[in-house]
Amino acid sequence: MKILLIEDDLEAADYLMTSLKEVGHVAEHAAEGETGLAMAIDGDYDVLIVDRMLPKMDGISVISSLRKEGIQTPVLILSALSQVDDRVTGLRAGGDDYLPKPYAFSELLARIEVLCRRRVSGESETNYVVGDLEMDRLAHVVRRNGVEIILQPREYRLLEYLMKNAGQVVTRTMLLENVWDYHFDPQTNVIDVHVSRLRSKIDKDFDEQLLQTVRGTGYILKSEKG
Amino acid sequence: MVRIRALWSMTAVRLSLIYTLVFGLFAVALITYTTANTTRLLLQQTQRAVNDEINDLSLIYRSGSLSRLIRVIERRARAPGASLYLIADSSGRIIAGNVRDIEPGILGKKGWTKEPFPYEGFGHDDEFVHYAVARVFDLPGGLRALIGRDLGEPDRFRSIARRSLILALAIMVLLGILTWVFVGRRALRRIDSLSLSSKRIMAGDLQERLPLSGSGDEFDRLSANLNQLLGRISKLDEGLKQVSDNIAHDLKTPLTRLRNKAEHTLSADASKAAYRKAMEEIISESDTLIRTFNALLMIARVEAGSKTGDFSTFDLASVLFDVHELYEPLAEEAGVEFTITAAPSALVRGNRELLGQAVVNLVDNALKYAVEENENQPRVWLELTIDEFHAHIIVRDNGAGIPEADRERVKDRFVRLDKSRTKPGTGLGLSLVDAVARLHDGGFVLGDNEPGLVADIMIPLDKSTSR
Repeated sequence: MKILLIEDDLEAADYLMTSLKEVGHVAEHAAEGETGLAMAIDGDYDVLIVDRMLPKMDGISVISSLRKEGIQTPVLILSALSQVDDRVTGLRAGGDDYLPKPYAFSELLARIEVLCRRRVSGESETNYVVGDLEMDRLAHVVRRNGVEIILQPREYRLLEYLMKNAGQVVTRTMLLENVWDYHFDPQTNVIDVHVSRLRSKIDKDFDEQLLQTVRGTGYILKSEKG
Repeated sequence: MVRIRALWSMTAVRLSLIYTLVFGLFAVALITYTTANTTRLLLQQTQRAVNDEINDLSLIYRSGSLSRLIRVIERRARAPGASLYLIADSSGRIIAGNVRDIEPGILGKKGWTKEPFPYEGFGHDDEFVHYAVARVFDLPGGLRALIGRDLGEPDRFRSIARRSLILALAIMVLLGILTWVFVGRRALRRIDSLSLSSKRIMAGDLQERLPLSGSGDEFDRLSANLNQLLGRISKLDEGLKQVSDNIAHDLKTPLTRLRNKAEHTLSADASKAAYRKAMEEIISESDTLIRTFNALLMIARVEAGSKTGDFSTFDLASVLFDVHELYEPLAEEAGVEFTITAAPSALVRGNRELLGQAVVNLVDNALKYAVEENENQPRVWLELTIDEFHAHIIVRDNGAGIPEADRERVKDRFVRLDKSRTKPGTGLGLSLVDAVARLHDGGFVLGDNEPGLVADIMIPLDKSTSR
């Protein structure tokens, strides 16, 4: 994956670049908004990571200029500003996802991988298939090995999100944001119980466990059989 | 010059001058109008009197002769305060009447004189020039007669009017100055004292307030409003101070812990596994710090928050059902009976996300405290009721509850009762609930559920959209 990082804090950028390269991505860095914008327009990146506050041209202007140029590369906004209004401003300007500072690298990684995948797969698939688990989104039916599984509405949405991002790590925060539309962090890990309930419905009595916990990060739904 | 400009810059002086000028102009216009009207009326009256006399004399002439007419005129002319009578021959020589001299042109034209004309009468020993209006007509035998009236009366009136006008203007100017002295100076003094006090307040003491005279006038209302403004500013200021105190006390402690842990691990000759364990602890400690920091910022933001930005009208019941749905599996796993009862509809105007978070905080707490040291079946109730003006979000549990003496205190930032110190948490959850309730002009009350805690968030109902 080819990533452009636009971030003025050189130390943070350095750490992020190293970490991204360690997990096998190609990463380039711009320290200023204008340089970043020029690079984003010329280079063929899979995803952009843009800091909200940059000297001279700020992150929001970079994103809106980019969108005006017709460039639809997914953008993850990093911001030190407090969440409530800032997230809305960022997404309105054309950002695709928002991550407040400070963040865990695993969270950032999960988010850019999902952003990048979404671009390839698109949203309009009517069927999701992971191994022998299938979801018919038109009929709202989930089957494993041909046998229908009855899910509660929220469990269905949870599974839908996991299947859409199958093979990708999704974090608890991503689930809270996308399945529950909560943009804050409850003190107790409520998500875990929901996931384990779902797991008991789709993985119980099967040899292959599709829904796995990624320690310290979140969950992944995948099948070795493809 | 400078002084005049300084004087002009005072509102009171300016207002007094403008007031005097406008009033003076009105007075002049009024008096001029009245004078002109009266003069016209007097003139008309004079002319009517002259006409009557001429008719009278022509009757006498017709019944007698010219000599009789002249005799009558001579007699009338000698009476005191009489009209003007004059008979002249064709050469213009005065042969009878009480006029000694007259401007030569006057007798030349027949009919009413166009303008009042000066004349000299017998017995006029004063230095005044007398004016009169008159009608000139022919008599048989080439004689010409003039009958008129002295205009002394209207003239006197005019001079009285002029004098009273000057007097009125003088009084007006005097009154203007007096008005300025009494009203303007008083207002100026009040403004001066206001600006003096505000300078003192600006110089430092936010606790000081502007003086009130107690009269309830505009200045008092202004001062009262400014005092309210000061109250709000000093409240925000206190909030800011409190936050920085909080940061000093409650963030420095975990930071010190963090530093000590790193230092200790580094100085000890630790194994790789020990390093790893220490690093993991440090990360989790920093996460707690970050969470605390975010919560603090969030509360500060809510407290300073405006009501317009993210406010919308929505049904509170949906917020409660969402939270119940989120926590229900957790409750079941912990063996807590978690029930929800909600009024069918409670439309409120507010920030949905913040209210959601407030309810989450309360439910999270309730579940935590319901399970511990509870011999009974642990239970949590989430309820939505409405009264005439408010929606009540009520979260009850049958745990240990909070002693009455501590129920207000726990809403403050970082206050954690001793028994909860060992549990994870920032001590900010209830502070946020309180701030959210206040943002919505509502209230947040903690009570006794006998046993357990009952938390009640009151939010005003949105009456504008209900039927």
